[in-house]
This record gives sequence, structure tokens and C-alpha cells, in this order.
Amino acid sequence: MTRVAVLGAGPAGLAAAEAALAAGAQVTVLDEGARPGGQFWRHRPGLTDPRMQHGVRRFEQLQSALAGAVVHSGAAVWSVELREPGERGGAVVLRAAVGPADGARREAVVVEADALVIATGAHDLALPIPGWTLPGVTTAGAAQALAKRDGVSVGRRTLVAGAGPFLLPVAQSLALVGSTVVGVHEASRIGALAGGWLPKPWQLLGKSAELAQYAGALARHRIPYRIGSGVVRVLGDERVEGAVVAQLDADWRPRPGTERVIECDAVALGHGFTPRLEAAVMLGCEVTGDRRGRFVVVDDGQRTTQPRVFAAGEVTGIGGADAALAEGAIAGYRAAGLAQDDERLHAALRVRDRMRRFARRLETAHGIRPGWTAWLDDDTIICRCEAVAKRAIVERAEVPLRAMRLATRAGLGPCQARTCGRAVEAIVAEARVSATGVTAAGQAVDGSDSAAPGGGDLGFERRPLLAPVRLGELGGADRPTCGEN
Amino acid sequence: MSGARGATAAHGSSGAHGSSGAHGSVEILVEGETVAGRAGQTIAGVLLGSGRVAWRGAQQGERGVFCGIGVCHDCLVTVNGVEGVRACQREAVHGDRVEREVRG
Repeated sequence: MTRVAVLGAGPAGLAAAEAALAAGAQVTVLDEGARPGGQFWRHRPGLTDPRMQHGVRRFEQLQSALAGAVVHSGAAVWSVELREPGERGGAVVLRAAVGPADGARREAVVVEADALVIATGAHDLALPIPGWTLPGVTTAGAAQALAKRDGVSVGRRTLVAGAGPFLLPVAQSLALVGSTVVGVHEASRIGALAGGWLPKPWQLLGKSAELAQYAGALARHRIPYRIGSGVVRVLGDERVEGAVVAQLDADWRPRPGTERVIECDAVALGHGFTPRLEAAVMLGCEVTGDRRGRFVVVDDGQRTTQPRVFAAGEVTGIGGADAALAEGAIAGYRAAGLAQDDERLHAALRVRDRMRRFARRLETAHGIRPGWTAWLDDDTIICRCEAVAKRAIVERAEVPLRAMRLATRAGLGPCQARTCGRAVEAIVAEARVSATGVTAAGQAVDGSDSAAPGGGDLGFERRPLLAPVRLGELGGADRPTCGEN
Repeated sequence: MSGARGATAAHGSSGAHGSSGAHGSVEILVEGETVAGRAGQTIAGVLLGSGRVAWRGAQQGERGVFCGIGVCHDCLVTVNGVEGVRACQREAVHGDRVEREVRG
């Protein structure tokens, strides 16, 4: 019987597990959360408002399918590796510490499998803003998680800002947990929005109904929605007391003279999403893209460039839960050994192809524009962990990325550049361009640096451990390893 | 690691009103002060629900929740003597002792 391991129990991972089980595989799911559902399904009956939860019936189906699998929740998977053909045991080996988050005495778990589905998802991408380290500034995803999972609001008067349709459910959730939402500020201007969303509207059937539902919620809660607008400064002494919003041009540069102050005690920022690529990178799966977005390369069957490894969901492109469900199903069937033309894949393949078009629309309409760096001051903290200001990064922009990091400590704190990596890379690229007088911010600027041994521009994506674990826990596995570098 | 200052109080009262161990509620000790939350909430959820927004010392000012999903490590606390626990990831257990941390 084929053994399939699934890393991540959000929509993609759960769909993969369900499909692999249906195809007769023996399935093990590992997930860092206290319970399955990922960032999308967080509702807690009796604790949080069911109106914040979407696709509950599908979640219930997936949960009941999981009864046939081995599920490790609370699993900090810190290592994945491939065995050479001919070696004893499974082709893929995963090592995890399982127990309460960051606990001291978690159980060491080693999972061996014939195939792996990487469904590690994405986290929010919040761009740095002067004042963004003040208590009360959170990511939009934090506001959403705290509302959906904990039933609490990040503030009493919350301003939501950034880019993309995700800001809408966040605003709705905040209103449902009792916050006044003083505004939703979408950075993209009408041109980009129209370019992304207007062509071929029939493709958006279903999605437009969802957006209309959120628009209705905003209207009911009297939440103002502004486009071409963003937070350019957060005000406050020891915590958030207000925010400066300004009109943004098509490149997200603030328009001088348009600034105004909005009183609030919380700011929820979400400018997009960053896929969690660590496991794919550790396994040597090819990653494509540049500092504006890197994703795992997969074929039509969601297979990565490593034959035993599949990937599904946000790690292959930011497309939302419906795309993740379809990709997960395809990956699960294929990992369990079904052929690409097996009829059980047909429905999921159709949905996935439709959702890939949706992902392209998202990027066209809401993708981060390069002018955002104009709202930074020289002393704005970029790396939150190590309190590294923009000035320090710009001063060392000419040296290779790795040397810059060691000199400034940018990206070397506990979050391992997961929060600031993309911003640091953008600031470095911009500084190099202005220093050399080159006008086009080409990828060669980044590509000249080889942060990744063996070539390829992986920037900050290569991390020695997949998840934070305590040193003592590394010894709990069958042999000590600290990853590949 | 634990500093002298308590967590920065935000708007309003700290809500230490839950009955001990009652169904649906948990009580944790935050810097020695009893704080009530609802069963199933994370430590970050309990702290925010009690009106706290910041509970960790950083190089420039205080920090609380930022990413809320275990990525940024801004919300670290010491729980029952174990340092470096992400408050947004750890579910609160009745009787947990939570102390602030300072990272400079």
C-alpha cells in the first residue's frame, strides 16, 4: 500500500489527504496547528461566531475523511529529506516535535512515506510602514485569526489597509467581534483593479457572489472602502493612536498633499501573501519567480521537480481556498498512484484551471507595486526582530545579500526573514538601481547574488530548520541533523 | 528574562472575572495577576481579551501580537518557566503562569 505523507492541514492538505485515502493510500497528516483547518478553517463552535466561517460543510466532509488517516496536530516539522533509491525505508522522511506549541517536552515523531504532498500554505505579507512596530499594528491575518479562533478584536477602532480581496472578510470579522472598522484602504487604483477584474466577467461566476456578500457586509456595518489609498505612517507613543492615510499613485507612491489622519487604536495590514516554501526548498524542489513572488514549480499533476514530492495550494501560487482544494485533490490522487487521466481527477482539474486564471487576476489587480518604498523614512525599522532600519540596509546594498545580512543582522532574528525578507530584497534592489543609474529594476540585480549554494536566486527562502524547535528536541530523532546547510 | 514591568495595559479593565475552572473558562496568571479567558483561546487571545496589547520588551518599545499565526515571534512569553513560547500559537491551559520576556 502506498504511504502518503501530507504536510499541512489547511484546505490543500485536507483535500490531498481525502483524495489519497479514497485512492487506497495509507495517509499521515502533519500540521503545526492545534487542530486541522489551517488559516482558513478556524471556527471554534461555542467560542467564535459561525458567520465568519465559510465552506463549513466541505470542512466537515474533509474532517470525517481524516478518520481514516494518522493525524499529528501540533507538529513542528523541522526536517524533511529524500532517500536515494535503493536505500532501506521510505522515500521521504519527516521529523517533527509533537505537542503544545513551543513546549519543552514534545514527542519526537519520525514519519516515512513513499510520497509527500507539501501543503504548507502562505502567511500574510505586510509591508513596513513608519510606526508599524507599535503595539496595535498587526497583519490582516492576525486580525482574522484572533477573530475567528479566539473571538477577540485587535482593537476598538481598527483601520484595515493593504491590497486584495482578503481585506474584506477581515473587515467583516472585525465588525462581528465588536470593533468599529474605521475604513478599508485598498492600495490598488481603479486602472489595476479594472485590468484584473473586468475582462471576461463570466469566469468570475461564484467569486463575484462572494465579493458581493462582503460588499454587503461592509455596507451593513457602514465601513468606508477606499481604493488607491494606503496607510503611510502609524502614529502613537507607546501604542497606536492613529494612522496617516494618503492617496497612492499607480505605483503605490503616496501623493503629496493628500495625507490625512484617522484616529484608531489598531491597524491591520495585508499587502499580499508569502508562500511557505521552506520544505520544498529543503527537498531541492525547483522554485520559480523572483523577489516579487516565488512559488514551487509543479506539473499538471501537481508534481514538483522531485518525483516523489507533490505540492498544492498557496505554495504553488496565491489563489485562495477553492484553488487549494482542487490542487490538493489532484496532488493526493497522484501521490497515491492514480494516473493523470483517471476520471476521478477530472472535476478537480477543471476547477484548478479556472482558479489559475483567478490567481492571475489577483496579481494583476492587487500585486505589490514598486513605489511603496517611498513611504519609508531612513530610520523606519524594516526587520522587526533585530530592529534594523532602512538606512542600514541601503548602506550595505552593494555587498552580496548574505554579507549584508551578517553586517546588519536584517533577517537573522527568530522569524528568519519570514516577515521582512521581501521588503529587504526590494530595498536592496532599489538601492542598487539608484546607485548604478540603471532604470529598470531587473532580476539580474538580485540574481547576481548567490545566497543559495548550487545556484538559483532564493533570497531568504533557504532556512536550516523548517520550524522552530528546541535544541534538545533535535536529539530526539533517530539521528541528529540540522538540515542541509 | 522576565522584566520588572507588567504587560502594558490597554483600553479598560483586565477581565479577571471568570470562575475558577468553570466549564468554558480558563484562568491564567500573568505576571502574578489572575486573568480570565474562555476555554480554547490562545494565550494571545486571553491577553488581548483582557485589554492588554503589549507584553514583550524589544529593542525599541513594546511588542504584542503582530502576525497572529506563529510566524513573526513578536508575541513570545515564558509559560510555566519555559521561555520562548509563541502566545498566538499556545492554547491557554487553566493555571498557566505567563511571564513577559525582554529581548534586546
